[in-house]
Amino acid sequence: MQKPSGFAFYRKLFCSTFYLSAFTFGGGYVIIPLMHKKFVEDYHWIEEKEILDLTAIAQSSPGAIAVNAAVIIGYRLAGILGALVALVGTVLPPLIIISVISLFYQAFRDNVVVNAVLKGMQAGVAAVIADVTASMAIGIGKEKKLIPILIMIAAFIANYFLNVNVIIIILVCAVVGALALFWQQRRGKNNLISQMKQAGAAAKEETAAGKAPASAATDTKPERAATARQDELHEGGKHHDLS
Amino acid sequence: MIYLELLWSFFQIGLFSIGGGYAAMPLIQEQVVNTHNWLSMTEFADVITISQMTPGPIAINSATFVGMRIAGLPGALVATLGCVLPSFFIVLGLAYLYYKFQNLSLIQGVLSGLRPAVVALIGCAGLSILLLSLFDGAAPSLQPSDINFISGGIFLACLVVLRKWKPNPIYVMLGAGVLGACIFPFVG
Repeated sequence: MQKPSGFAFYRKLFCSTFYLSAFTFGGGYVIIPLMHKKFVEDYHWIEEKEILDLTAIAQSSPGAIAVNAAVIIGYRLAGILGALVALVGTVLPPLIIISVISLFYQAFRDNVVVNAVLKGMQAGVAAVIADVTASMAIGIGKEKKLIPILIMIAAFIANYFLNVNVIIIILVCAVVGALALFWQQRRGKNNLISQMKQAGAAAKEETAAGKAPASAATDTKPERAATARQDELHEGGKHHDLS
Repeated sequence: MIYLELLWSFFQIGLFSIGGGYAAMPLIQEQVVNTHNWLSMTEFADVITISQMTPGPIAINSATFVGMRIAGLPGALVATLGCVLPSFFIVLGLAYLYYKFQNLSLIQGVLSGLRPAVVALIGCAGLSILLLSLFDGAAPSLQPSDINFISGGIFLACLVVLRKWKPNPIYVMLGAGVLGACIFPFVG
C-alpha cells in the first residue's frame, strides 16, 4: 500500500467516501463491496485480504457498518485525520438528505396521496423487516445450538412482553455469550486448551484496556500466522453474517 | 438542555447498536418513542420507511430527523454527532489493537450471544410497525372491524414476494407505496 498524503489525497478520500455514502441504498452491507471496488480495485489503497478484516472490525464494533468501515479505512490510510475526513464524508450525505426531507415532512404527511403512499409503504416496511428477521432466525435455528435459540426467545419475551430496556438485554446477552463460549471451550477437546489460555490472557489485557479485541489473522507475525489462519477458517464463516 | 438530551440519547443508540443496519431500530424506538416521546409510533415508522428509501444508515437518518424536528439544524448536528462518537472511538481503538490481539475468542463469544438477541429485538421492532399498520395506531384487538385488511393484504403480498423472489427491498416498498396510493384514497 502506498502512503498517500497532502491535500489532494484528503480531497480524494472525502469525495470517495461522500460518493459511496450517497449511493448506499438498503443497509450497511452494501457499502462493503462498493468500498472494495473503490479502494482495492480502483485506487489500490488497501489490499484484498485487509478488506475482510476491516469488515470484521466494522461489524464487531457498535454503530452503523458504513460509518465504522469508513473510519477504519480512513485510519489505515492517514491516521486520525484520515479517519475524521472519512467520517465526515460518510455522514454528510444522509445528514443533508434527511434534513431537507424533515423540513417538508409535515406538509408531505398532510397530503392525502402521500399519506396513502406512506401507509402502503408502512406495510411494505413491516414485510421487509419480517423477511430479514425470518432469514436471520432461520440461520440461527439451523445451527441447532440450544443457547442461541434460548437467547433469541428470552430476548423477544423480555423486550416485547416485559418491556425490559434494550440496552440491558444487549449487555446481558453479551455476557451470556462470552460465558457460554468459555464454558464450551473448557469442556472442549485438548487442542482447544491452548486457545482458551490465549483467550484468557487476551481477555485480561482487554479488560485492562477496556476495549474489545480486534480481528485476527494478518501475516505481519509469521510465527503466529498459522494459528491465526486456523482461527479464521474456524470462525470466519460465522463472523461475517451478523446483521 | 435539549441538546444534551439529544446527544446523550443518540450516544447510547450509537454505543449499543451492534450488528449494523436494523440493529439500531429497537434502540431508536426505545429512546425516541418510549422514553422521550420525541416521535409518535407513526412518525417512527415513517423515519424507518424514509431511511429505507434514502441512502445512509438508519441510525444517522433518525438522528438527523429527530434532531431537526426537536431543535432544528443544530439539533440534527448534535444528534448525529452523538450517534457517531462511540463508533468513532471504538473503531479507532479496535484498529489500534488490530495487530496486538490475534485471538478472536472473546469477541466471538460476545457476538455469538448478541446475534440471536439482536434478531429477537429487530423482530420486536418489526412487530410493532406491523401492528401499527394493521390497527392504524389503535390498541391491537381481535375484532375484525378494528383490523385494516388492506394493510394486512399489502403486508402479506410483500412478504410472499420477498421470500419467493428475493428482490431488492426498495422495489418492494415502492410497490407497496403504489398499491397504497391506488387503494387507500378510495376505500379508507
